[in-house]
Amino acid sequence: MPELPIPSVGQLVFAAVALFTAISGLIVVASPNLFHNALALVATLFGVAGLYILLEAEFLAVSQVLVYVGAIATLITFAIMLTRSMMYGRTSPVNRQWGKAAIFAVLFFAVLLGFVQGIPWVSNMAELPSSQETIVALGMEFVTTYVVAFEVLGLLLLVALVGAVMLARDN
Amino acid sequence: MREHWSEAFIGLLISFGLPELLATILAYAIGGFLLVFIALNSALILIWITRKVISRMQDRIGPNRVGPFGLLQTGADAAKLMSKEDITPTEADKIAYNLSPILAVFGMVMLWAVIPFAPGIIGADLNVGVIYLVALGSIAVMSALMAGWGSNNKYALLAGFRVVAQLLSYEIPMVLAILTVVLLTGTMSMASIVGFQSLTIAGFNLGFGWLGFLMPGALLVFFISTLAESELTPFDLLEAESELIAGFHIEYSGMKFAMFFLAQFVISWVWAAVVATLFLGGWQGPFVDQLPILGLVYFFIKAYAIYVLQQWIRGTFPRIRIDQMMYFAWKVLVPLMVGLIVIQAIVQKLPVPVVIQYALIFISNIGVVGIVINVLTGYFRNETIRTKRSFQPRSLIGTMQPAE
Amino acid sequence: MIPLNWYLMVAGFLFACGLYGALARRNAIAILMGVELMLNAANINLVAFWRYSDTFADMSGQVFALMVIALAAAEAAVGLALIISVYRKRKTINVEELDALAG
Repeated sequence: MPELPIPSVGQLVFAAVALFTAISGLIVVASPNLFHNALALVATLFGVAGLYILLEAEFLAVSQVLVYVGAIATLITFAIMLTRSMMYGRTSPVNRQWGKAAIFAVLFFAVLLGFVQGIPWVSNMAELPSSQETIVALGMEFVTTYVVAFEVLGLLLLVALVGAVMLARDN
Repeated sequence: MREHWSEAFIGLLISFGLPELLATILAYAIGGFLLVFIALNSALILIWITRKVISRMQDRIGPNRVGPFGLLQTGADAAKLMSKEDITPTEADKIAYNLSPILAVFGMVMLWAVIPFAPGIIGADLNVGVIYLVALGSIAVMSALMAGWGSNNKYALLAGFRVVAQLLSYEIPMVLAILTVVLLTGTMSMASIVGFQSLTIAGFNLGFGWLGFLMPGALLVFFISTLAESELTPFDLLEAESELIAGFHIEYSGMKFAMFFLAQFVISWVWAAVVATLFLGGWQGPFVDQLPILGLVYFFIKAYAIYVLQQWIRGTFPRIRIDQMMYFAWKVLVPLMVGLIVIQAIVQKLPVPVVIQYALIFISNIGVVGIVINVLTGYFRNETIRTKRSFQPRSLIGTMQPAE
Repeated sequence: MIPLNWYLMVAGFLFACGLYGALARRNAIAILMGVELMLNAANINLVAFWRYSDTFADMSGQVFALMVIALAAAEAAVGLALIISVYRKRKTINVEELDALAG
């Protein structure tokens, strides 16, 4: 067996972030306390933002923190606090089909792993132009190639906002 | 671009004979440690300034016993807080209760990484620096929510909800005000925005090309939003001792409370520094090109001036109710900023020279803000005369009234 | 340095976690959290493939990922509003007990 290669700093950082994300993801679905699930979700979202930074998509990373952690995770925590019927683990957190779901998830992951490992992906990153140009290119793409999707997204967010307020009203 | 401080420092360390990797790690470690040290210790000066300013507002002297001019008062307070008993309420969620003050300080310290102190001295010149600042506000939101929940106290929970409502509502005018700056300068990096604000006359950098001169409306809205984000009066409904039993840190005592206290003061200074960076030119000023260290002096003068202004307002204004606060954020500030952005976007695409664009932006800022203030004061006055009590908006959405 | 399939493995693991959460949990909010995990896993895939592609003028990966983030926000808002509304009517959000439409 050839000598083990010493991991470079980049690989160590990736391993740390990926491990943090994976363990938080596991806590999200495995802990019986619902509030701990929400906290672990926040940790997972931060970990994913860290992965985006490793992939040199900085604007996406801060957008992820801004939207996911600042808004969605806060919304989820609010909803947990407003509907606190099953908080302290008195009833089981999993439903009738948890065994089959666990087997299915593990099998799914195994198939995905086998599939991914079997294909010779490209394993080196090409050199990115400066990040400033990346952000400029992103903005240009939004208003030239994908402008229809962009506008429809705005309309969708407006509809979702109005709909959520209407649905959650007290009368 | 100017040379980043780390390059000079790493060069110095390499000249001592260290290998390059070790020099890099050491340089960043020392820089990071220095930044955190300054961040945490500036609370001492800031609390002293606050107490002196507010006491002079209230026609009294303020702390003057401990040390010359009361400078060591904060140290005495910190020692007192450290010696207090650390009480944990029963059935408090241990993880949430203990993690929340740590997250509050963590969010505050992380903000220091993108503030440009002097030409070349910035923690990390991120290309998305301004959005990074707003995104880290969400850590403060999570910490408040966790504190409210972990205290196992329904008043703390309610106060936590209201804090989150306030912070999230005022994040939107803040982001929109930042958007006007980004539209004008074309970059989101803090160092580049400060570099934009130079005024070069005959090859000499006068350093007075501040964006605040150009967009006073956006400056005003951003300043008000920073008051709300740091929970200062007139927006400190959630931390006042007489309202809702001192808010979400009611169940904290001793060092944990000290961490919340420290985080609150330093965050208000950090937002003052951001106002100084985005709208008042940061380290720009006369003679900065020749003597870069002068930029540090200018920056701190501006940041502390805005901080004193914040504390001045804190000592002067009464606090507003939560429904009035939500009304103000959503129905006044957001439409105002959206109007300003639309006008600025249209103006920036007109085929006129840049100076005319700047003049149009300035006129539109003054005009829109003046019209809004006129309309609003008339409306509030009519409402007060009609209902014979202080202004009460018709909708109570977002105010999280306690359930009966 | 970092091969592409490492990112795909992390994304796959997160997706499997989200899948288990969406299938096996009782609380409606926990199911929503599983769905959010799956969306994040897909986003990691999108951005990783964008990064390792040959052309950088084509920012489709990041554009798609940003749209997924915005869509997830809209979906979470509406979903949580629904859950709160159901809680007010039925006093429970245990999906095993919400069976008014069952045969």
